[in-house]
Amino acid sequence: MANIMIRKTASGGLSFYLPKRDLEDNIVSIEFDQADKWGGELKLANGGTYYVDPLDAPPKLPVSLRAKRVDAPE
Amino acid sequence: MSTLTREETESLIQEVLEVYPEKAKKDRAKHLAVNDQAVEQSKKCITSNRKSQPGVMTIRGCAYAGSRGVVWGPVKDMIHISHGPVGCGQYSRGGRRNYYVGATGVNTFAEINFTSDFQEKDIVFGGDKKLAKIITEIEQLFPLNKGISVQSECPIGLIGDDIEAVSKKAAKEINKVVVPVRCEGFRGVSQSLGHHIANDAIRDWVLSNRDGKEFESTPYDVTIIGDYNIGGDAWASRIFLEEMGLRVIAQWSGDGTLAEMENTPKAKLNLLHCYRSMNYISRHMEEKYGIPWMEYNFFGPTKIEESLRRIAAFFDDNIKEGAERVIAKYKPMMEAVIAKYKPRLQGKRVMLYVGGLRPRHVIGAYEDLGMEVVGTGYEFAHNDDYDRTIKEMGNATLLYDDVTGFELEEFVKRIKPDLVGSGIKEKYIFQKMGIPFRQMHSWDYSGPYHGYDGFAIFARDMDMTLNNPCWGKQVPPWKKSAAPEEVKAAA
Ligand code: SF4
Repeated sequence: MANIMIRKTASGGLSFYLPKRDLEDNIVSIEFDQADKWGGELKLANGGTYYVDPLDAPPKLPVSLRAKRVDAPE
Repeated sequence: MSTLTREETESLIQEVLEVYPEKAKKDRAKHLAVNDQAVEQSKKCITSNRKSQPGVMTIRGCAYAGSRGVVWGPVKDMIHISHGPVGCGQYSRGGRRNYYVGATGVNTFAEINFTSDFQEKDIVFGGDKKLAKIITEIEQLFPLNKGISVQSECPIGLIGDDIEAVSKKAAKEINKVVVPVRCEGFRGVSQSLGHHIANDAIRDWVLSNRDGKEFESTPYDVTIIGDYNIGGDAWASRIFLEEMGLRVIAQWSGDGTLAEMENTPKAKLNLLHCYRSMNYISRHMEEKYGIPWMEYNFFGPTKIEESLRRIAAFFDDNIKEGAERVIAKYKPMMEAVIAKYKPRLQGKRVMLYVGGLRPRHVIGAYEDLGMEVVGTGYEFAHNDDYDRTIKEMGNATLLYDDVTGFELEEFVKRIKPDLVGSGIKEKYIFQKMGIPFRQMHSWDYSGPYHGYDGFAIFARDMDMTLNNPCWGKQVPPWKKSAAPEEVKAAA
């Protein structure tokens, strides 16, 4: 588990930031993005996947969360 | 010389790599690339933020340099103790020419080296007592300091001193901010981690100090973050931000003060100049205080205009008009500068190798003068820096990450740029090779280069360097074979 931060990019997408490794990347897909469920698996542009426990509502961005690494290149 | 094609550049990289042993070659190959604007993701073509190869001559600094020298050093009304042996601090006190106003030694301290001067016995018995004593002494000798930061050098981490405990105790005693910074030089691969650690220290020990306290704010409060006021850069930027109607409430950290840092959470917008060294704190403030941030570029009129309009878009029509007014006001001045220098600089080719943001940000300024950047690289960038750089650079230009002394020399020999822009460590090598050189870290003791005023100085300096008559006098008269070469720049 590691702390991550998700924020909105200027172009409206989501970006993923992992301070510990200074990894910054765009999120290409998020598993749940509904009014009552938000989170799950995050797929990054670099091919990696992280998992955050789904929240009951979309959070106010930017937000810091705990994430699990499912699969990451390098 | 004409520009290299993609194939030529690729083969150049291969040739240069030839001298390395197999393993080093494989590793270095990942850090060198030919730019391709079609690539969206830099990591497909270039690797960055990795440990340097042992045995090569890297130009990087250490985490302590990133924290003490870059982020904390310029905070002028605090005293930064270089905790450890004397040398590290001696080479990082005010060396970046972070200008500030104040009476040094009385109420400002950026140029003085405060150190605990570790000796053998401190390594053996620990330096905590010494640190506590130093803080008391500082308080007696320099009562006008607003706070103290303890910047650990390598040995502190190695012997495991508890600087946090000492700092907490001292803070109570002197009733001021005392910030322990765990920025030992061995952490991380370059100064970049030092920036991060310094940002985290500001977050933990400074930023929330005035939460809930009154502050007389206006809707137009902004801050300048990540401008170190080298040669007066931040002043040159601040002047027209204020002209367009904004109020700059803090400068980080060039000519900055502790109070300004503490007031930053009251801003409406954080303007981020050096993304690499201060994005961390901007992200934190965005999350905690809801302050948006944006990266801007004040090098050269084209980029300034772009940035001013983007800044203005965060505010109401007042500011939008203000931005247009400022742009219009400086236009004639900029046109005059370009009219004067462009004919003398047109078509010249530049290679850069610098730090945080300049390898990409100054490209616009060179282009405004009709020059072309044919190679660029960062000492300590991360992938997201290269993501941004790829779009700024032309196709088939050279990108190099953490370039070694040997590689840079070879690249320059082959590409034969008209100007090289890098640091003091590279300066004399290239000047002796007969290639005009500008230091792009410290502006070669000139500056400012930011903003409108800065661009005029930038253009003059480039002309002064490039068209200096000395470059025509590299060959002694007795070695000149045929008719002496015409000195083109005698004007
Ligand atoms: S690496 Fe360590 S010893 Fe060297 S300058 Fe940095 S802090 Fe000092």
